[in-house]
Amino acid sequence: MTTALSLRQLTKTYANGFVALRGIDLDVQEGDFFALLGPNGAGKSTAIGIIASLVNKSSGSVSVFGHDLDTDLTAAKSCLGLVPQEFNFNVFEPVVEIVVNQAGFYGIPREEAFKRAEEFLKQLGLWEKRRDMARNLSGGMKRRLMIARALVHRPRLLILDEPTAGVDIEIRRSMWEFLRRINAAGTTIILTTHYLEEAESLCRNIAIIDAGQIIENTNMKHLLNKLQLETFVLDLRAPLASCPDIPGYNLRRLDETTLEADISRDCSINQLFTALTTQGVEVLSMRNKTNRLEQLFMHMVDANGHGGQVSA
Amino acid sequence: MTFDEKYIAFKTIVIREILRFTRIWIQTVLPPVITTALYFIIFGNLIGSQIGDMGGFRYMDYIVPGLIMMAVITNSYANVVSSFYGSKFQHNIEEMLVSPTPNYLIVSGFVAGGVARGITVGIAVTIISLFFSHLHIHNLWIASSVIVLTSILFALAGLINGVYAKSFDDISIIPTFVLTPLTYLGGIFYSIDMLPTFWQNASLINPILYMVNAFRFGILGVSDISLWSSYTIIIGFIAALFTFSLYLLNKGHGIRT
Repeated sequence: MTTALSLRQLTKTYANGFVALRGIDLDVQEGDFFALLGPNGAGKSTAIGIIASLVNKSSGSVSVFGHDLDTDLTAAKSCLGLVPQEFNFNVFEPVVEIVVNQAGFYGIPREEAFKRAEEFLKQLGLWEKRRDMARNLSGGMKRRLMIARALVHRPRLLILDEPTAGVDIEIRRSMWEFLRRINAAGTTIILTTHYLEEAESLCRNIAIIDAGQIIENTNMKHLLNKLQLETFVLDLRAPLASCPDIPGYNLRRLDETTLEADISRDCSINQLFTALTTQGVEVLSMRNKTNRLEQLFMHMVDANGHGGQVSA
Repeated sequence: MTFDEKYIAFKTIVIREILRFTRIWIQTVLPPVITTALYFIIFGNLIGSQIGDMGGFRYMDYIVPGLIMMAVITNSYANVVSSFYGSKFQHNIEEMLVSPTPNYLIVSGFVAGGVARGITVGIAVTIISLFFSHLHIHNLWIASSVIVLTSILFALAGLINGVYAKSFDDISIIPTFVLTPLTYLGGIFYSIDMLPTFWQNASLINPILYMVNAFRFGILGVSDISLWSSYTIIIGFIAALFTFSLYLLNKGHGIRT
């Protein structure tokens, strides 16, 4: 299998002395849908900036589909599409011009560029807005415009830095479906996101970066299997006067019709239901209290000694 | 990138730059035309009629080449400095930086946009001048080559200003405190023969003097400066500024962290 992205001992120290990356090694295989997570300031955007040639690295190497950034920059850039965290288009340009111009920077003739712009703007629900100035788009539309722009030269590797930030759930889910489709069609995707549910739902492999170092790099299923304890919220049919006492399970009564239960991996949910039924407690519905990946993420980052505000 | 792909990338930047200044023509093309028309009326018609001939020509006819050149210089410079800094400010310069477009094409594309605006305004000012003077072109090739080369030179200077600028103040300091004084002292409104010897010699360190006089030679056939000195100065500055611009972009100065 071809390696889409390879980072070797990548370091970055800014002019003010801040060390953003401390020797990162990372491989992303072709066709993967890869999550790169980490707290704010962990080094994700710096790493992405270096890969996209927007940030100068201090040392180490980067190659995109085997093209080294130091020796074969043009070929590496041709393989890469970037959706950055911040809006970075001219807000005084019409939507379609932004996409067509981007194609031009990759040497795509204008006629072909218009065809591709139409294709991607239609897929992302922006075709009706094609003549509007970019400043008149909503936040969600601006995010989708950056995706259309990043795809217009049909990159083999697409990097999305928090593409759904500030986007409502309906649009977010439609963007997930779109990203799944282009990934299924062969585009390798690297995603950073604040929404861990998003990473869990979309990505097959994951790396967690903290304080400029990779602290986890594994398969998503394998990572989730590390979760020893899950907390569920149970909605009950009838009110309870007190919390039931069931040996082996830590239950808490949140209100008269809601229970919270910690269930370790070596216990069975069936046994809990059986015990509750025996005590005359009927469960109407059940849900995870928090996203499983979020629980693991918090645990890992805390264990790494991260003292700041934690978000993905 | 193949040659054709590079040509498309260059053309894309040029088209984008031309669309940018034509979309806001009320801010970019109209003001210099009105300003220059006022110069023609006040300096040429009202005051000029009291001055008499200069260099063997009516004062109005004498200042026309300088005023056209001034419009070209300021607009070539202003277009690139504002466009490049605007791209930095909005971060859309990143659209080009992530693409395989080579840096020399980015420089050339912005400069071509600046030349397009400079020449557009120059043509508009020339048309206005026809209402006030009998425009006689002594040598079209010299006039057009000097105007295009000067436009390239100041577009490059504008780009370097844009690279270094960290705020909107920074893009107006050089035009206000350097470019405008040098332009006014560059022999637009007078011949340096009128100055005392010391100021004649001092004027020779002003590069704009060479451009104004070379262009005046193309239009009227008279100049205070040797034509080949002017070409040497202009082409030398272009080579130096292009090399420096490319160096700054390759280093990522002001555009990469």
